[in-house]
Amino acid sequence: MNGLAANTGLLRRILVGFVRDEVHKVGVSKAVLGLSGGIDSALVVFIAAEALGPENVHAICMPYRSSNPESEAHARIVAQACGVNFSVVPITPMVDAYFDMIPEADNMRRGNKMARERMTILFDHSALLRALVLGTSNKTELLLGYGTLYGDMASALNPIGDLYKTQIWQLSEAMGVPREVIEKKPSADLWAGQTDEEELGFSYRQVDELLYRMVDLRMTREELLKEGFEAAFIDDIYRKVQNSHFKRRLPVIAKVSNRTIDRDFRYSRDWGK
Amino acid sequence: MDFTAVLAQIKPKLGCVADNLALIEERIRQAVAQKAGLIVFPELAVTGYFLKDLVPEVALRLDSPQVTRLAELSRDISIAVGLVEVTDDYCFYNTALYLEDGKISHVHRKVYLPTYGLFDEQRYLARGERFRAFDTAFGRMGLLICEDMWHLSSSYILAMDGAATLICLSSSPGRGVEGEELGSAAAWQKLTSTTAMFLNCRVLYCNRAGYEDGVSFWGGSEYIAPSGRSAVRGKILEEDSVTAAIDEGSLRRERIFSPMLRDENLFVTMRELRRIERERGL
Repeated sequence: MNGLAANTGLLRRILVGFVRDEVHKVGVSKAVLGLSGGIDSALVVFIAAEALGPENVHAICMPYRSSNPESEAHARIVAQACGVNFSVVPITPMVDAYFDMIPEADNMRRGNKMARERMTILFDHSALLRALVLGTSNKTELLLGYGTLYGDMASALNPIGDLYKTQIWQLSEAMGVPREVIEKKPSADLWAGQTDEEELGFSYRQVDELLYRMVDLRMTREELLKEGFEAAFIDDIYRKVQNSHFKRRLPVIAKVSNRTIDRDFRYSRDWGK
Repeated sequence: MDFTAVLAQIKPKLGCVADNLALIEERIRQAVAQKAGLIVFPELAVTGYFLKDLVPEVALRLDSPQVTRLAELSRDISIAVGLVEVTDDYCFYNTALYLEDGKISHVHRKVYLPTYGLFDEQRYLARGERFRAFDTAFGRMGLLICEDMWHLSSSYILAMDGAATLICLSSSPGRGVEGEELGSAAAWQKLTSTTAMFLNCRVLYCNRAGYEDGVSFWGGSEYIAPSGRSAVRGKILEEDSVTAAIDEGSLRRERIFSPMLRDENLFVTMRELRRIERERGL
């Protein structure tokens, strides 16, 4: 069994078609996204360039002063490799203006603020360019809740949200994402030397194997133990998925009427498209 | 009888009945121009698939001007098309119509409404309660809508009722990217081919294309000869128009070569089903 091994040719067709169809059907031709220098946004910009034509894709790199300079360099290489529009909007002035008032704020608050600052810049460009904001969260981090609500998790369309990190690597190889971006360690890049896997305490490959069996195959705890996963790891990941579920849903609305939005007022988002 | 069928692998707009009817008319005109005898559209071609609370808004009565117009178009070509039907008692059905010679010659209401995984049909739609074969200018046929075909009994009943052609209207979502082929496409191809082979019937399978809320519909409309051989297959994951040249000879030869349908023992089947019914206390 190797359900994480994807048919990259098929994936590419579906995801390119998805971006093309869902962008065009709302009556626009452009997309905008944040390009961090990491693999997820690199893959999305490659997909978008193929779907919409590189001239219709705007990639924005939004570094903070503590970001690794290599990240911006990688973002630039990626943008050049697929020929999309590229600009840099540093977020240091806005983020520092806020935290100058609250110098005691910890890394988590600072990281969240940076992610939300970037989101406001992307949605501002969405209005400016008449472009849809593309999301770059993958299935692994969405399931673990390893992202900022209304920050990097905010988007209009997300082509890679159903791909585990392991599959992101495979598809990136197939689509020609530059090697240095594929091979470097995943990082939220909030401070120098940070890596996702160190912060999470496990590797993406390990957790993808578990999540695939737990979520996609719906294996029971007993079956997962038989597959060789440790009990503590299974329980920790299950809890992470459960505790972050609020991030994957709309805000809860108190029901008082007969038709409450999203409960008994149900329409597809592509309503009329 | 030899005839040409066109499988119109279209991409309907969700909830836009007028736009979709215009698209359907355009495809009908093209099929008439190529002298086809029959054109088949996908499930819910008139409305789009993930309708949810839109169901009552897009539903059509069978005596509505829109359906009457489609019936008029069937003077030039026979038409199988999917829509949401509303009845006098305000039940809403996922319905397939067979239109011929200016009239509705058969109405099939989807019996098996999938309500699991990404499907939620039974929340919004009423269940059909019959499978009936019917006579057409091209021989006796049976209509199935997507999930109907995943129940062996549906095709079996239609074949026992004399259908030599099974038409399946579909809105099948693409999923499963592990293998050589898209998972849902491979599963459907196995199903349609096996059904044709078991029942010595030809199968006309029409699936839609496009995306709704991130779900792709994979196309791949297909004519499967009574031997189970795929005679022609449409493009995967995009719009297409598939022309199937259907020859009576392939049906005749298959029924001589492997007469399983002739030898099917309805008496044994009925007796055993009645026993099961009795034992289950139904």
